[in-house]
Amino acid sequence: MVSGPGEGHYAKPGLATEEESFDFVVVGSGPAGMAAASEAMRRGLSTLLLDEQPAAGGQIYRGIEAAADKPAHFARLGADYQHGRALATRLRDSGAVLRYGAFVWEITKDRRLTVSREGRSTLVHAGQILLATGALERPVPIPGWTLPGVMTAGAAQILLKTAGQVPAGRAVLAGSGPLLYLLAAQLIEAGAPPVILVETQPADNWMRALPHLPRALRNPALLKKGLGLLKTIRGAGVSRFAGATDLEALAGEDGRVRALSFMRRGRRVEVECDLLLLHEGVIPNMNLALALGCASRWSDTRLAFEPETDEWFQSSVEGVAIAGDGAGIEGAQAAEQQGRIAALGAAMRLGRITRAEAEAEAVPPREALAGWRGARPFLEALYRPADGQRIPSRADVIVCRCEEVTVADIRDAVATGALGPNQAKAFTRCGMGPCQGRMCGPTVTALIGQIRGVPPEEVGYYRLRPPLKPIPLAEIAAMAVASGGERQDAIRDRLPGGG
Amino acid sequence: MFRRLPDAAAGPLVPVTIDGQGVMVPEGESAAAAALAAGMVPTRTTPVSGAPRAPWCMMGVCFECLMEIDGEPNMQGCMVPVRAGMVIRRQEGARRLPAMPGTSHEAAGASLGAASGAPAAAPANPQG
Ligand code: FES
Repeated sequence: MVSGPGEGHYAKPGLATEEESFDFVVVGSGPAGMAAASEAMRRGLSTLLLDEQPAAGGQIYRGIEAAADKPAHFARLGADYQHGRALATRLRDSGAVLRYGAFVWEITKDRRLTVSREGRSTLVHAGQILLATGALERPVPIPGWTLPGVMTAGAAQILLKTAGQVPAGRAVLAGSGPLLYLLAAQLIEAGAPPVILVETQPADNWMRALPHLPRALRNPALLKKGLGLLKTIRGAGVSRFAGATDLEALAGEDGRVRALSFMRRGRRVEVECDLLLLHEGVIPNMNLALALGCASRWSDTRLAFEPETDEWFQSSVEGVAIAGDGAGIEGAQAAEQQGRIAALGAAMRLGRITRAEAEAEAVPPREALAGWRGARPFLEALYRPADGQRIPSRADVIVCRCEEVTVADIRDAVATGALGPNQAKAFTRCGMGPCQGRMCGPTVTALIGQIRGVPPEEVGYYRLRPPLKPIPLAEIAAMAVASGGERQDAIRDRLPGGG
Repeated sequence: MFRRLPDAAAGPLVPVTIDGQGVMVPEGESAAAAALAAGMVPTRTTPVSGAPRAPWCMMGVCFECLMEIDGEPNMQGCMVPVRAGMVIRRQEGARRLPAMPGTSHEAAGASLGAASGAPAAAPANPQG
């Protein structure tokens, strides 16, 4: 049923570099991807790991191996980050083929991936696929969020991890979620504390979180860590403003952000800043899964669409698994265990291990996973973003950053009959820019749902089509020539007007 | 907007040109990171209204970091590591072109756009 390397799938002699086959192809080298590739190699699966970034780690362990060479820097980043080093070492030692700077821009149900790397596209056939594409930060469409100097908290953290860069001026952190505290603590350790931390989670989140506390306390390490971060923040004299609403980034004369303005206890407060770092939690990065047609559903506790997966993290598409935060946000430790389980599932479906073996081997990671999951409901309830941070109300707020489509434009589209994101796109061009809806999709769905008074499932999400990253036509044409014309039909399908 | 910690540089210093200025930058940090540390903000203006923009996500998602690198427009600055001799420039949207895939802003060359299903043109590979 499935070809191993050397069976069937290689292209004609001389073209071997254009098409390859692997038992197992993993997309994404975060905790799930790294753990899965290592596990699969242990089970004897020929494994290819692809990642867009220049090195292993994903976003959580971004630049982990390079950072580990700089002791002071590595120490400052903290134990949770340092954990990634062992995963990266195991991956390196596993013998899996590792390809970085590789963009998967098409994926098909018969498990063929088209990968662009160094300006060339090639085809990879996979016996089994794991999408370990992780998370991305939820958009924070407040007035002024497009101003230079307004970024995500995650972006600042990436700058710290990969370039050893910290904010040069007055940084304000604003939003909701544990990452804000972690970043604040890391910046404090690095000698660049933020001016203040503005918290937007609604005060009554506590009431909804409380019933989940006993279960969270069964794995107290996580909560203890959180309290440790708060202590660091307090110790550094960084004040926290809770209960902020109606945030707005204000522009200075130079066109950059000059201040954060927000409402608190019925008063408008303005805090001058050179850098505003926003965060409202993370959501699954699902573009590949959605383009492939994997079934998904709306999670009302996590406020995001999530793919449907079985106990081996296999999606609704045969032979394609989705593990880690891309399957629903559960954090890095859970992702690592999911990656292991998904690799065992792939080995089982390839017939390399029996179901009984897979079940037995999956016991430890499943137990560990259950432990890491314990605190999630508490954290999800406590840091559930306020509607006002997710769904913009002011008519002039930009929803689609690429095409500069505003709230008013979306409202007009709905008034003219757009029932969902795809019609809104046709009316307004939202989601048509280079980010391909990643930045506006969640907002457009939420906004249309709010206007129409229907739940997100009913509104739906953008329909996604390949190429999933902008690819020059010349690169696609070159692939057609290299494959001796055999693939011309497939390629014609991707041409403008052809698909 | 950002400064470098003395003990955490991505690599050895190499000469690059950012916004017309010769500077020494740690090899291997992203072009977008180098631009932010050098104060090249905004890093682009938009093709739609000419509004100033700068990197938002630093992880390859938002495409706000499009800049001109070694003469190629539409390069995703947060995904391109700095090398010796690199020339990084602000991308002036309205004047310079960008026809990113799926947008209506006309330009020479061609590229496939994704989400739209109605692709337009892009003169260069934004991923480099
Ligand atoms: S800053 Fe978002 S893609 Fe580069």
